[in-house]
Amino acid sequence: MSKQIIVPFGPQHPVLPEPIHLDLVLEDERVIDVIPSIGYIHRGFEKLVEKREFTDYVYIAERTCGICSFVHGATYCQGIEQIMKIDVPERAEYLRVIWSEYSRLHSHLLWLGLFADSFGFENLFMNAWKIREDILDVMEQTTGGRVIQGSCKVGGVRRDISNEKLDAMAKDLDRIDRDMKELTTVFLQDSSIQHRLRNVGVISRDDAYHLGAVGPTARGSGVAIDTRKLGYGAYDRLNVPVVTDSCGDCYSRCAVRARELFTSTDLIRQAVKKIPDGPIDVKVTGVPDGEYFMRAEQPRGELVHYLKGNGTKFLVRSRIRTPTLTNIPPLIKMLQGCELADVPVIVLSIDPCISCTER
Amino acid sequence: MIMDTQTTTGIDVGKLIGSVERFRNEGYRLVQIGCTKVGEQYEVNYSFDKDYHFENIRITIAGDTEVPSISGMYWSAFAYENEMHDLFGIQVRGMNIDFKGTFIRTAVRYPFSQPPVTVTKGDKP
Repeated sequence: MSKQIIVPFGPQHPVLPEPIHLDLVLEDERVIDVIPSIGYIHRGFEKLVEKREFTDYVYIAERTCGICSFVHGATYCQGIEQIMKIDVPERAEYLRVIWSEYSRLHSHLLWLGLFADSFGFENLFMNAWKIREDILDVMEQTTGGRVIQGSCKVGGVRRDISNEKLDAMAKDLDRIDRDMKELTTVFLQDSSIQHRLRNVGVISRDDAYHLGAVGPTARGSGVAIDTRKLGYGAYDRLNVPVVTDSCGDCYSRCAVRARELFTSTDLIRQAVKKIPDGPIDVKVTGVPDGEYFMRAEQPRGELVHYLKGNGTKFLVRSRIRTPTLTNIPPLIKMLQGCELADVPVIVLSIDPCISCTER
Repeated sequence: MIMDTQTTTGIDVGKLIGSVERFRNEGYRLVQIGCTKVGEQYEVNYSFDKDYHFENIRITIAGDTEVPSISGMYWSAFAYENEMHDLFGIQVRGMNIDFKGTFIRTAVRYPFSQPPVTVTKGDKP
């Protein structure tokens, strides 16, 4: 048996946008075991729920993540609305879906760029982020913010989008679809990318399911879990296809995200077609008294906001379970047995978001 | 608004392993383990899902109660159990990976077991 050595990976590493540390146990160039370590940027957001009124806490919830901030805000609001039995106007539900899917487009394009960068394809990185700019422009035009939107509130949304603007957005998606088609064709058909990603970081369907994988990490192994199927917001009135792939390797996880770009644009078109006229919010009276586990599909997978109120304007508990936290154990499984040179690509393949994870 | 049905069943800490084993045998996946401080006690929620059916079991314990780890049945539970220890100070027995309090680095020891923040008139938010 070769001598075992431990190589620290992270918390600072060229492919890591955020700090996570992995102790890699190696025999020659092969990874035998992995011990993860997080906690470099724990902010204690959840504790703030004790001194922020429940209507204000949406701003804190949104700041959990700088990529899927809208989804965090919407999930928090939907959880409170469940506890308080608030019926949100239908137009607000559709607007939430539209902004959520734009967030998914933004997140997946950002990830595709970073992923291309991790395997040394700089030009592809720039092309992915060029398209992402168009998505961010729409977010800014419709909400006022590129990163933190601030457009969701308990009882509905703060801003409306005119029907003319919605039609223009849907029309512009045709051009974005063409650009994304060109981009994803390279990701999915280029022989050098396939050579780099095929059979790397493989996790079986059973392992992915039992280790708690969610989102594209699970769907890349053939586990057809997509929380949008619960029908929250306006998703129950839209056709939501669940994109899966069966190989469970880095290529499959990339393929799932690439194909989900087009399901997101399709969902936005469906929502624009069906969105009714009407109010965008309702007046909220009373205080939350009860608890709810609100689940939603963030770009990285299932997000859980557990909220508990005690009949005052301050919640007792907000517990945010992010998809990256639950994708770390499957990541360990993917890394066991891989080559050291493949570690950066495999880590990136779960789309880790540490600021989300540590809250 | 269509939402999933959620059930929460309170159990004694002594029945935790048996209850979790049932979920494991029935093919549920572990969604999360989360802790809430209620007064001087702690509620620990274990959430499971199968085919979008969400079930939750809850133990209510004192701060010095030792909780058995479920990482023997759900390997991924170590992330939640270490988090529960580092943020709330709950002792978990038999974790498959025990970080001994270093999984989440915090400036204050067991910050979520501290008394709730009280807001008085005149405090800045």
